[in-house]
Amino acid sequence: MAGPLEPLFDVEEMELSFGPQHPATHGVLRVQLRLDGEKIMDAKPIIGYLHRGTEKLFERESFNQCIPHTDRLDYIAAPTNNEGFVLAAEKLLGITVPPRASYIRMILAELGRISSHVLWLATHAIDLGAITPFFYTFRERERILDLFEEYCGARLTLNAMRVGGLPYDLPDGWVERCSELIDSLPKYFDEYETLLTENRIWKKRTIGIGVISAEEAIDYGLTGPPLRGSGVRWDIRKVFPYDRYDEVEFEIPIGENGDTYDRYLVRMEEMRQSVRIIRQCLDRLPDGPVMAKVPKVLRAQEGIVYASVEAPKGELGYMFVTTAKSTQPYRCHIRPPSFINLQALPAMVEGHLVADLVAVIGTLDIVLGEIDR
Amino acid sequence: MDQPLIQFIVIPLVKIVVILAVLLLIVAYLTFAERKILAYMQVRLGPNRVGPKGWLQPIADAFKLLVKEDLVPAKAEKFVFMLAPGLIIIPALLVWSVIPFAPDTTLFGLLKQPIPPYLTDINIGLLFLLGVSGVGVYGVILGGWSSNNKFSLMGGLRSAAQMVSYEVPMGFAVVSVILMAGSLSLVRIVQAQQEAHLWFFVPGILALAIYFCCGVAETNRNPFDLPEAESELVAGFHTEYSGMKFALFFLAEYANMLVIGSVVALLFFGGWLRPFPSWGWLGFLDIIPPFFWFAGKVAVVIFIYMWFRGTFPRYRFDQLMHIGWKWLLPLSLANVVIVALGVLLLKG
Amino acid sequence: MTDEKKTPQPEEKPNATPAGDDRPAEAGAPAATPSAAPKATPPDEAAKAKAAAKAKEAAPPKQPWEEKPVPPVHEDAADDPDVAALREGVEGSVEGADRFAGQVTVAVPRGKIVETCRFLKEQRGFAFLVDLTAADWPEREEGRFDLYYWLHRFEDNRRLRLKAVVAEDQTIGTVSAVWKTANWMEREVYDMFGIVFEGHPNLERILTWEGFNGHPLRKDFPIEGIDTGAAIYPDVFPPGGGPETAEEEKEGA
Repeated sequence: MAGPLEPLFDVEEMELSFGPQHPATHGVLRVQLRLDGEKIMDAKPIIGYLHRGTEKLFERESFNQCIPHTDRLDYIAAPTNNEGFVLAAEKLLGITVPPRASYIRMILAELGRISSHVLWLATHAIDLGAITPFFYTFRERERILDLFEEYCGARLTLNAMRVGGLPYDLPDGWVERCSELIDSLPKYFDEYETLLTENRIWKKRTIGIGVISAEEAIDYGLTGPPLRGSGVRWDIRKVFPYDRYDEVEFEIPIGENGDTYDRYLVRMEEMRQSVRIIRQCLDRLPDGPVMAKVPKVLRAQEGIVYASVEAPKGELGYMFVTTAKSTQPYRCHIRPPSFINLQALPAMVEGHLVADLVAVIGTLDIVLGEIDR
Repeated sequence: MDQPLIQFIVIPLVKIVVILAVLLLIVAYLTFAERKILAYMQVRLGPNRVGPKGWLQPIADAFKLLVKEDLVPAKAEKFVFMLAPGLIIIPALLVWSVIPFAPDTTLFGLLKQPIPPYLTDINIGLLFLLGVSGVGVYGVILGGWSSNNKFSLMGGLRSAAQMVSYEVPMGFAVVSVILMAGSLSLVRIVQAQQEAHLWFFVPGILALAIYFCCGVAETNRNPFDLPEAESELVAGFHTEYSGMKFALFFLAEYANMLVIGSVVALLFFGGWLRPFPSWGWLGFLDIIPPFFWFAGKVAVVIFIYMWFRGTFPRYRFDQLMHIGWKWLLPLSLANVVIVALGVLLLKG
Repeated sequence: MTDEKKTPQPEEKPNATPAGDDRPAEAGAPAATPSAAPKATPPDEAAKAKAAAKAKEAAPPKQPWEEKPVPPVHEDAADDPDVAALREGVEGSVEGADRFAGQVTVAVPRGKIVETCRFLKEQRGFAFLVDLTAADWPEREEGRFDLYYWLHRFEDNRRLRLKAVVAEDQTIGTVSAVWKTANWMEREVYDMFGIVFEGHPNLERILTWEGFNGHPLRKDFPIEGIDTGAAIYPDVFPPGGGPETAEEEKEGA
């Protein structure tokens, strides 16, 4: 054929508002689509439906009072949110955390990562029409949340860390129960993989969908699995080790093609690596206090400090701007990974079909609590 | 009373009422079965609160749907919106008039002479079945269009394209069975399998595979459930439907599943015949009434449907079309040619 | 230049200065034998412990987390290689450089920011913009807002912060052409602070709605919120009024 065919009829593009009430947008994301048939010509994410002014609230609460607010950012994986905040505050105040506290933080953070990733898997699979993994993953997630509940009394909004350490030590028998759980987890991960990894339909729906090259991923500021799926071996836990991540062994899985399937494989492997980290932490868990000696009233000096953690979604950073002798941050900025990852959505879905939009939203693993803050 | 009056009015009426009642009951319990089966595949219990072990759940569901408020969107095309559920449920029930689910029976000696328990056996039964069930697509398209909802419209468009394109290979798959049986009458097809001492799935294995695939697509079931793909199109063509109208869509889907299951059983697995109908020493199997053989075969097909739903992700629309036109259609054509040659050589 | 060895891992731990000293103590203890932690004292700690032992014998050496926190201090960072390169590469771009908690902040004049960013990305390899945000100092004379650009370089994992001062009636050039990721970050800053980025492709509000009355993260925006005006549906609810109350509805009807 020489050149594209002239359409026989007038072609009209359709505007479709995808969300904010839609089962596959993982919250209150709205994507304004311009469609030609089912083909996406243009996608424009519209956010802010969940904006709660978290950063504004930080400005008049003391450092420890801010921590419950961080739970509500990425409400799927609260421990990493807490961790990022307290790390930034500790850096600002010059506090050294006791090793036991660091190790427990790592255990909680990695459990949070697993629980976030299994939830991602559940929703991603259900978006692509496979309903069964949802129930399998929730079985494990429930057990992780039970452990959280046992530790701090909450299941999602943990508020589990304090500037200088942890509010509580682990309850009796927690280590054994956690150990039992993580020993069983790899077997369950295999179960999910039997349902999906080699499934023809799954591969057809994910391979070559939402491709983003490494250069473009960096340009768009992607972090976490979306960046690693494009083949950039970059993980805050390795490049700027916080807590005691420099003392445990783990690998950073990366993908090759930067498509949805690679990001799926990266996250599956990350869960196994998290299990490995937790296993090492549990084996080495030192005795001692869980709280450093910190003043009753935390007073910062003038300065700017940024600290970040590798949250399940990517680099979660907190930037404090403080004035002399202030008991609260003058300005606290959150760098939410989902917010910045979502920015690449239009580039990733253009030219794909509506069904792929769902796959790409799923693979970016966004949480609206964190995007809108 | 006149003999014709009884023969042509009373008996058919009784049959219609009985068939409809039983069918609707079965459909209701099919939803229950699906929920239970999926639940056990998905490490959970399924409905178990209403009645003993949840057995009254379908009744409660039906009651709930009946008393729910029936919403009609303000900007919907009201008449068509009302019409669509009817257009989809009528064909789904109508095809049951020609489906023979058991041979002539005396109802365990109650009647003097055996009568057919099914409504009628017409000599173009299979054609009637294909034709009538093809009308069901109008309900889907009109339902999607009249809702005045873009998601519904896309669902309707998808299903129009899907049903039309999958009906073609489905038809060709059926043609190969017609060639083998030499008749369009469903009863004759079953009898032909008895006479041939062979269920048609052996020579028609390819036709069976094609028919089954198309059947899944026709009934909008996973992995071809694109018209109502929840994660993409909210609920597809029935997004805006609620209450009883939604229930009709729902009923039609399950009734259609039963039709596909029945046709698979009739065309390929000998309908109500027991396994190896010509082997005398298996005669003890006749203790099970023919209807139950038929029901058992349909149940297996339905179970596979549910199994699919618990296992597979969903195809994308272009992939679905690709399978339909580039794989199933050529395959089914080739199959017709092969079967025709075989019939010609063996019988001719 | 002597700092080059230290700087690749500026994020490593709180209290950057003593970090080098107490790390072996913390690191070694849990890894090998947790119970032996107090014994494995590095020489530096041991010296401190000796001094303490004079006053009180047999007192175990104090671990860093038992001591008073040592807050980081501000240092001049003019010796930083990137700062030096920037000073040479873009004339007049460095107004001052400060190192705090191992993180270098370079003050850049407002007019030079795009040029500086482009130079740092293209010549110095800062391919990744981690974060872009602002802070409001309403009382300050030289300009109300501070803009912070937080850059990252992959080769040696080094980070650099740029700071630019913008007054209320001033605008600043956009860096969204340098890094695509800056697009939404600048929109957020515009939304929250009302800083206008010149040349931005679509400078719209992002977290609040179009027509929102005010910029929430400015210090003079009350935390309780204000009447934002119901500009979301101006055709349904008149601006300034918010949703109609039941009484008004009655009157209207």
